[in-house]
Formats: sequence, structure tokens, C-alpha cells
Amino acid sequence: MTRKPFSYLLLLAVIIAAPFVFPSFGTQLATLWLMIIVALTWDMTGGQMGYNSLGNITFYGTGMYVAAVITIGMAYDVGDYTNAAGGGIHAFTDLQYFSGLFLGMLGAGLFCAAVAVIVGYVTFGLRGPYFAIGTLGVAIATGELVSNWEWVGAGQGIALPVYPGDLDTGKVLFYFLFAGTGVALFVFLKWLYKTRFGAAVNAIRDDEEKAEAMGIHTLQYKLATWAMSAFFVGIAGAISAFQLIHFEPLETAYQTINLGIFMVVCVLLGGKGTLWGPVIGAIVFHVFKEVTWTYLLGWQWVALGALIVITVVYFEGGVVGWIMSKRSERLEAREQPNDAAVGAEQ
Amino acid sequence: MTSIIQVNNVSKSFGGVVANSDISLSVEKGAITGLIGPNGSGKTTLFNSIVGYHPIDSGTIQFEGREISKFPVQKIARLGLLRTFQQTRIYGEMTGVENMLISLPHRKMRFAEAFGCNGAEEHERAERLLEFVGLYEKRFLRAGSLSFGQQKLLEFAMALMNEPTGLLLDEPTAGINPTLINGLIDRLRRANADLGITLFVIEHNMRVIMNMADKIYCLAHGELLAEGSPAEIQSDSRVIDAYLGAH
Repeated sequence: MTRKPFSYLLLLAVIIAAPFVFPSFGTQLATLWLMIIVALTWDMTGGQMGYNSLGNITFYGTGMYVAAVITIGMAYDVGDYTNAAGGGIHAFTDLQYFSGLFLGMLGAGLFCAAVAVIVGYVTFGLRGPYFAIGTLGVAIATGELVSNWEWVGAGQGIALPVYPGDLDTGKVLFYFLFAGTGVALFVFLKWLYKTRFGAAVNAIRDDEEKAEAMGIHTLQYKLATWAMSAFFVGIAGAISAFQLIHFEPLETAYQTINLGIFMVVCVLLGGKGTLWGPVIGAIVFHVFKEVTWTYLLGWQWVALGALIVITVVYFEGGVVGWIMSKRSERLEAREQPNDAAVGAEQ
Repeated sequence: MTSIIQVNNVSKSFGGVVANSDISLSVEKGAITGLIGPNGSGKTTLFNSIVGYHPIDSGTIQFEGREISKFPVQKIARLGLLRTFQQTRIYGEMTGVENMLISLPHRKMRFAEAFGCNGAEEHERAERLLEFVGLYEKRFLRAGSLSFGQQKLLEFAMALMNEPTGLLLDEPTAGINPTLINGLIDRLRRANADLGITLFVIEHNMRVIMNMADKIYCLAHGELLAEGSPAEIQSDSRVIDAYLGAH
């Protein structure tokens, strides 16, 4: 027992030291944390509640835009700013930048949570694959709507102010914003999954009809879970918006075929419905992706596809599921003689 | 004696099949009421209608004097009227104790309380009820690995954990080892007498239901055929004919 807090402290030390030890990987590490956040939040509904959403990317894109509108809106008229498209009005004071960053993150989280409740009220009537397709439809439709909305720059996208300090400090700042959100999310989920709330969400996954028959407020739990998930994705989107500076709706913000699918792959790789699974899956996925994109360029998508196929066919429970099943096999083998001894006594 | 469940002229058809036709019955508060009838006579359909699993075509259903025929399943469950399933439903991936803890009465819980953890008191109650149904030794096993009969007992214990006022049991002894049936009858009686839970039981095992019930209703072909005390039902020639297929 005493070893556990120690290993968590060690892990925290590694997280804090990482950007200083590997300064040239700062942006890579920040992206890794983004993957961890979206994987963990996807698993809240997909793994723990049994609702496989393909539309969580909606909250990522919406978070980006909410942060941009808040930051720009506090200094200028958003319509004028996007009309000018960089022609002239670009000056932001440090105060405007940092208050925009802070309020943008907060506002994005809250706004996305509210969106999740409203969208969830409709889509949670769908089950199984219908829910997946329904939420994917929401993500695609939102992307298309935003890409036709002149006020936020339509298809051209929108540009945020550049970090006012020097570039390397900015990289470290974004790393710690992502890492801080990720650690907060992890600690939050570690607690949440132990509460009655976590148990009720698992009950919905295992047999929703039974849960209803036992009087569990199923819709309330589903909405609350998705809202919490959307809150963190929205914050991650806001940080991404400031990190990327300029982004456009279809390829960056509402990127259904990239990040929208990657988050699902991360969870499948690591192990659905576990706390560590999404984290390990995100690390494996990100490293694999970066290595193949560098050394197997041209074949990178093939390699990624092969990885997914191998995981789904041979490691259904992902890395964590595989380790757990190996461990329980070993435990059973060890406990069997004990059972026999107890049986003999009786 | 006052009635806790009052069913008045309830009809339910699935397409051209009339599953329940103009059924009226009442379940006395604090009693054990039986519901018998040949296969396909509409017993489970009536249960499903009462707990709000599907809308009824006509008639009214009252629980503690409140009209519930338009309510969804969860709302009726939160009023304190619970059912167990004929094809036993438990959360297979969780252990016995976890199954019990999930079954805590959510109707007595405010939403904020869901963010609390279960304390020693809840664990103790879960284990006591598992002991009550005879599953204490198996409490940490994956519920899906239990035998069908044990799952049935677990489902019964989960229902008790929920502290219902009324409990609808759909064939509680089906699939249970005959030597354990006497123990189960005893437990159902104790749940009724000690915990004050009104029981409404579908049962095919005549020995069980005749021993246990205060009053029995018999359905056949979707209609109410007979009602009365176990002795009256046993001597009713219409009931015997319905089971043996005579006309």
C-alpha cells in the first residue's frame, strides 16, 4: 500500500520534468496529453456506460470556437475581426490574451457541457450502432454549419492572437495546460468510478432495461456523464485553439475522420471500461502514429489499419484487458489448491 | 385490508393476439397474492402492463391509489413497485456485492448523493441480504458465473435491497433445485412478514403457490378465469379444465 502514493508521485515528477528534459518534443508531448484527454473522456460513455459516441469531436471543435469567440469578443467585434481576416486589427494586450485564455477554457467547458445535455436529450433515445451514427451525424452537421457561418470566419476559419512571450515558453505553457487538464481529469475519474454514480453508469452499460426496472434515473445519469465528458473535451479544444493559433472548421476543429476516430482507437488499444486503458492506449497509439508517420511515410495508414485489426481480433480487451485476464488466470491457478483444501476440510 | 395494486378492466393486444382481455383484480396490502394459468395465458403480459413496460389498450391500473398506467418503468419502480424477470436479469460482469450495491433504492436518494461512496452500512446490508438468500459464500464471484438458480436468488436479493413496497415476482422457483424450493418459500414468506413487502407472484409450481398465497387469480386465454383462496382454486373445475385442456 505504501508503494502506491510513491509511484504516483514519481509519475507526477516525470510529467512535470518531461518538457524540460525533452524540449524539442514539447508540442509532441502536448499532443499526447490531448490524446489522453479525448480517450479518457470517450471511455466515460463508450467504455463505462456502453454508449459508443462517434460525435465527441463536436465538443472539441465547439470548444475551439467558443474560446476564440470569447477571446476576440472581449477586445473587438467578432464579425469585424473575421471580415478583416488579419488585415489590421490584430493587437491584443497581454491581459486580453491571458484573460481570454482562462475564460475561453472555462467558457468552452461549460458551453460544451450544456450542448451535451441538449444533444444528449435527443440522441440518448438511440441505442447501440444507432447512437454511434446519430452522434457522428451531429458532428458532421455542426462542422458544416460552422463552415458556412460568416460571423466566425466560415470555411476560412478563425485566427487567435499569438502567445505574447517567446515561443519556447509558450510551448511549455500549452504542455502544462494540457497536462494539468489531463491529470485533473484522471483524478476526477478515479474518484467518480468509485462512487454510486460510477456504479449506476456501469449498470446502464451491463443491462439498461434492468437498471430502469430497478428505478435508476437512467437518462439523468447518461446526460450527466456526457456533460462531464464534454466539459473536459471542450477545455481541451480551447487549449488546442490557442496552441494552433489559426484553425478552420472541417479539417481542424470538427475533424471527424482524424481525432474523432483516433480517440476511439486509443481506447480500443488500451482497454475499454478501465481507468488506465485509455491512458496506455493513447500513449501506444501516439507513439505508433508518430513513428510510422516518420519512418513508414506512404504506408502509415496501412500500418495503423493493421494495428487496429490486430487489436480488435486478438486483443479484444486491449492492453489492460489482456494483462488483467493473464493476471486472473494466474490467480485462479494459484487459488485452486486452496479451494481443494477448503473442500477437504468441509 | 386495503388493496395496494388495483387493476380495472385492463386489455392489451399485440396485433391480432389478445393477450389480456378486460382483466380486473386487486392485490391486498401486506399479503401474498398468486397469479397462475397455463402457458400463454397472459400472466407476464399483465405484469409488464402493471410495471409500465408497455402501454395498455384500455383500463386503469392503480398503485397505492395513484393511477400508474401512463407512467414509464423507472417512475413506477421509484414509487416502490418492483418486478423480477422470468429470464433472470442481473449485471453479469459485476460481483454479487456490486450487484447489490447498485440496487440501493435510488428513489430515496437525491442526485447529489449519487456522488457519495457506499459506506460500511450499505456493504453490511448487502452482505446480510446475500446471506438471507444463501449466496454469502459466493458474494465476490462474477454474477454471470453463478448458476441460473443462484442468479434468480441474487435477483431476489437485489429486489429486497431496493426496499420496495410491492414486489412482482415472475416464476421465482423456476430453475431452482427442488431441494432448495422449500427454503425459498420460507424466504419469500419472511420477506413478506418481516420486511412487510407485498408480493404478487406468478408461479407454475402448484405446491409452492398453494402453500404460500393468501389469494390466487387464475388466467386462461387472456381472461380472468377464477379467483379465490388456494382451497377454492384447487377445487374449481374450470381451473383444472384450463390446465388439462378440457372444455
